[in-house]
Amino acid sequence: MNDRTVAPRPSGTGSTGARAGVPAARPDSEAPIPPTTEADRKTVVRPGDRIFAGLATGSGLFIVVLIAAIGIFLLLQAIPSLGLDKVNFLTSREWSTSDVNNMRYGIFDLLLVTVVSSAFALIIAMPIALGIALFLTQYAPRRLARPFAYVIDLLAAVPSIIFGLWGLLVLGPVLTPIGEWLTATLGWFPLFAEGNVSIELGGTIFTAGIVLAVMVLPIITAVSREVFDRTPVTHIEGAIALGATKWEVVRTTVLPFGKAGYVSASMLGLGRALGETIALTIILSGTGAAFAWSLFDGGATFASKIALAAPEFNDPRTAGAYIAAGLVLFVLTFGVNAIARSIVAGHKEYE
Amino acid sequence: MKTKRHGAVLGLIAAGALLLTACGSDNNAPGTGGSTSAAGDSSVPVECGGKSKLSAEGSSAQQNAIATFIQAYQAKCAGSDLAYNATGSGAGVKQFNAGQVDFGGSDSPLSESKGEVAAAAERCKGNPAWNLPLVFGPVALGYKLEGVTNLVLSGEVAAKIFNGGIKKWNDPAIAALNSGASLPDKDIKVVYRSDESGTTDNFQKYLTAASKGAWTQGEGKQFKGGVGEAKEKSAGVAQAAGSIDGAITYVELSFAQDNKLSVAKIDNGSGPVELTNETVGKAIDGAKIKGTGNDLVLDLDSIYGSTTAGAYPLLLATYEIVCSAGYDADTAKAVKAFLTVAATTGQDGLADAGYAPLPKAFQEKLLTAIKAIA
Repeated sequence: MNDRTVAPRPSGTGSTGARAGVPAARPDSEAPIPPTTEADRKTVVRPGDRIFAGLATGSGLFIVVLIAAIGIFLLLQAIPSLGLDKVNFLTSREWSTSDVNNMRYGIFDLLLVTVVSSAFALIIAMPIALGIALFLTQYAPRRLARPFAYVIDLLAAVPSIIFGLWGLLVLGPVLTPIGEWLTATLGWFPLFAEGNVSIELGGTIFTAGIVLAVMVLPIITAVSREVFDRTPVTHIEGAIALGATKWEVVRTTVLPFGKAGYVSASMLGLGRALGETIALTIILSGTGAAFAWSLFDGGATFASKIALAAPEFNDPRTAGAYIAAGLVLFVLTFGVNAIARSIVAGHKEYE
Repeated sequence: MKTKRHGAVLGLIAAGALLLTACGSDNNAPGTGGSTSAAGDSSVPVECGGKSKLSAEGSSAQQNAIATFIQAYQAKCAGSDLAYNATGSGAGVKQFNAGQVDFGGSDSPLSESKGEVAAAAERCKGNPAWNLPLVFGPVALGYKLEGVTNLVLSGEVAAKIFNGGIKKWNDPAIAALNSGASLPDKDIKVVYRSDESGTTDNFQKYLTAASKGAWTQGEGKQFKGGVGEAKEKSAGVAQAAGSIDGAITYVELSFAQDNKLSVAKIDNGSGPVELTNETVGKAIDGAKIKGTGNDLVLDLDSIYGSTTAGAYPLLLATYEIVCSAGYDADTAKAVKAFLTVAATTGQDGLADAGYAPLPKAFQEKLLTAIKAIA
């Protein structure tokens, strides 16, 4: 430190006497600075800066490398098996990998079931989460809002196997009459047509989607609540001053401000739904029939298909087929998150 | 994982202590398991000692049987223990071949074509590995059909039910086997395993062997019938079949009983056979050995295709895969002690756990092989 404080001296040596003339030199006071900036910059760099910058950059690089490594690993493991696939990997609906010399597998059905069940879950969860978040931030008294929020967060801590068993044993039977009514009255509409598994058993995408909705609810709620809570008070007060009712305040200030955050929270929830495994292996009934766009179909998602087969992997070629499916899920989730990011990025006011 | 295993072991010790007192009285009474059943033969000497904590891994189908064996092992050899990790047959073979565990549990014998035999020989320092069929689990054709509790099926009819050839309960083919029963005009709802499983594999092998050509879908751990719907694991299929009328599934006996499913008798050409310890024992006794010497690989077709009167042919045979030699002295001693206990006193609690006790003649073959491990 001593060196540094001394260092600038030489440049100003001859001018110790000039101190008296400082007021006169004021306009020039900017001028001597440029030569010393180099030295000054060095003076503000402390070890902590270096370490922190290093750690932050390192963490950033680490996650990028990690994700790249996952992608490359999946790709390397999948490629040999993809070569052995006797049908089109992307468009086939068959899945038969037990005979390694005649592996016939395609992910089309898995993709549809994964996307449809997750989308269905999101359609249910998004409005409810919005309502809860608005209630907690705008309507509920502060004293109530806090414990209420904790209770919602608690939902996120319930293990997914519990959700699975609940869905199969409790919710499934409750939904049976609803499902039967839907297929009977709205059966002409493909989504509510009679499916390829029995509604009595409840192993349908309908049941699975509702359970998934409950599972993603706390995530969407928690993030949305944070965002809505940060609506500038001035906006809200401005709206009130203009004579807005509570609903109008929400509509004109809170919602526009929090929209991007809400959408990205939903995408986060969607990511969770896409990757959910245990609950779906328990709830969803497998079937040999192809998915026919009904909520009352059964089937398997990427994650549940992999989980059901994983304990019996004993041939790298069979495992490779499932890893290839995992790769598609990886890409799908990546795509979903990319969309979420671009939505957030498009709304500067949130950033 | 580790803590879990410890927890399980502790639990087993506690349960073992409890069960021991219960077993004592059973031994005194003449066994109800029939004369061929070798339940609880304590006359065979067990040389305890060696490695105090064995490790094994593999088939989940034999998990509960191994748990029973561990109780018996600890009762016989104080201070000895075995940790069994039920990660599936594939993993069991892999871990055994990699030398990670002392023996493997598998639903199928080591496969020559997959290179498992060669890998196992390498693991056993140049000695061949043996497949010892120690655990037999009868598979029940469990069904739920109101008003019908005495159903008889044949291999051929079962195959047609499970591949969609027969869709109604009052199909003439079923009626022909069940004269007198009033079969309802209901759809048959097939429930099968959604996870890959040795039970499915064995069931499909049985259908291939016993259906007189009606089952053309082949074998494998994925169900290939193409009808019905799938549930996860034995508990899932049994629960599902038990909750809808007109359902049928293939599942281990204990799960069928827990979920109040009726169990179909199987007619293999010599009259209907009920699933009991004796009928399963009879089928095991009739099994031909495919392997050479002490490598007791079973010729499953001889069980599945059996037409012996009173033999229940649908069962799951699971193997312990051990080195014939090549263990260090400590490990060899403990492995032999464990397997000996398993094949003798360990048989006591098996029926309660849903397995079939070994018949006497077969038990002797196994003990000869176990004794020969060096």
